[in-house]
Amino acid sequence: MKLQSMKTRFLTICLILFSSSLVFSSETEEEGAEFNPQAMITHHVLDAHEFHIIDWNHHPISLPLPIILWTENGLVTFMSSAFEHDDSGKVMVARNGGKFVKLHEKIYQLDAGANTVSFDAEHHPVNASKPLDISITRNVFMMWVSVIVLLLIFIAAARRYKKSENNVPTGIAGFIEPLVVFVRDEIGIPMIGEHKYKKYMPYLLTIFFFIWINNIFGLIPILNGANLSGNIAFTFTLAIFTFIITTFSGNKNYWKHIFWMPGVPVPMKIFLMPIEIIGMFVKPISLMIRLFANITAGHIIVLALMSLIFIFKSVFIAPVSVGFALFIGVIEIIVTAIQAYIFTVLSALYFGMATEEEHH
Amino acid sequence: MDSTQFVTPGFGLVFWTAITFIFLLLILKKFAWKPILGAVSDREESIKSALAAAEEAKKEMQNLQSDNERILKEARAERDAMLKEAREIKESIVSEAKQQAKIEADKMVRTAQATIESEKKAAVADIKAQVATLSVDIAEKVIKEQLSGKDKQLKLVEDMLGDIKLN
Repeated sequence: MKLQSMKTRFLTICLILFSSSLVFSSETEEEGAEFNPQAMITHHVLDAHEFHIIDWNHHPISLPLPIILWTENGLVTFMSSAFEHDDSGKVMVARNGGKFVKLHEKIYQLDAGANTVSFDAEHHPVNASKPLDISITRNVFMMWVSVIVLLLIFIAAARRYKKSENNVPTGIAGFIEPLVVFVRDEIGIPMIGEHKYKKYMPYLLTIFFFIWINNIFGLIPILNGANLSGNIAFTFTLAIFTFIITTFSGNKNYWKHIFWMPGVPVPMKIFLMPIEIIGMFVKPISLMIRLFANITAGHIIVLALMSLIFIFKSVFIAPVSVGFALFIGVIEIIVTAIQAYIFTVLSALYFGMATEEEHH
Repeated sequence: MDSTQFVTPGFGLVFWTAITFIFLLLILKKFAWKPILGAVSDREESIKSALAAAEEAKKEMQNLQSDNERILKEARAERDAMLKEAREIKESIVSEAKQQAKIEADKMVRTAQATIESEKKAAVADIKAQVATLSVDIAEKVIKEQLSGKDKQLKLVEDMLGDIKLN
């Protein structure tokens, strides 16, 4: 009964947060020009150079983030506030002898004499170059917030064991331990095997909680679409890690199965070799796309449902939109854990395949 | 709008994700996963060993119980044996005492009989002697009486001669 009422309250809070923040952020775009849901959704799903929180009285309130560029003249750093919230390439920032503009969250270094970026037919800039951008973007910022949260939670949990005399989990460790044991007993041991799983546990645990918490952060509306785990760069990097670990863990048996499949006739061996080699790369690519697509799709659905209100310009659409968004939101809460679990399980499965001993 | 930007990984985010992830992995490995997994497996080990110890204790308990039963049985048997022995000893003592007493009694009876016999003999002898004396006295007096006349003396001689004939 109590749990039920808490659940209801939690859902209500979710609903309020979801609807309010999205409505706020969409409002401004409504004011100036015709509402463009595609631009709004793209803006929310992709990375950004400043942490936009809310528009208040036509004035955007946002957290400026450092922009770090590697140009021909060396490292250039300045705060994103220098662009004055401009994303259309109009505001020019001169630093270290270079002139920079920001257009659709991409930073261009203008050639001498140019004032705006112009593009050719293939959308390549003709009078500007793209410096190597390693800015602390919204996603990098949220990633670091998630890292701090993870460190706080797990180091606090680990401390609990040191304090207790007989390793009894108390306080936060009581919440963390079942999850850690779940990753060990349901992912590590069955996928990799009793004897070898220990070596991979830190990676599996880190990747599981890192993806999960960033999936959850992506659902918190006030953080305004910090869509880190729905960004292909993030999933690409994690998939690369899994690929590297799999490749370097590969034993003789693993490589034999790729290059010279045992137990089949020679023509079949030759036929299977390219397939297996492709499979080696398809595995991490599937990891990358699965996580990216699932999380991004969730974001796009919720945003699209909210956009309906502004497309129809009717407040009566709101209950429908909010209802569906709530439904999707609840599913997304489950998806956060499922996607983290799937990524971890498949990583563990690949490690298990790479380290499997011959038993024919 | 360029839709490929969704699936083009930006270098900056790849760069920071890689660095952050390695950092997170190393820190968590040292300060979280090792202590937590260590504590969990330590606890599992201790539970396992505690269970084994309990099993051991149970077995030992059973052993002890059977030992106890055995000892009890032995003790009972010993007690029975001791009681039996005691009874035997008692019986033997009693019977010995009885025998002793009987022997003693027999002896006393025999002495008494012997005494009585000798007393009786003495008494009989005494009586005999007195009877003899008395008889002699009586005979003396009778003979004195009878031999006071001549006739009487002759008669006696005759009687006596008659007796001899008879013999």
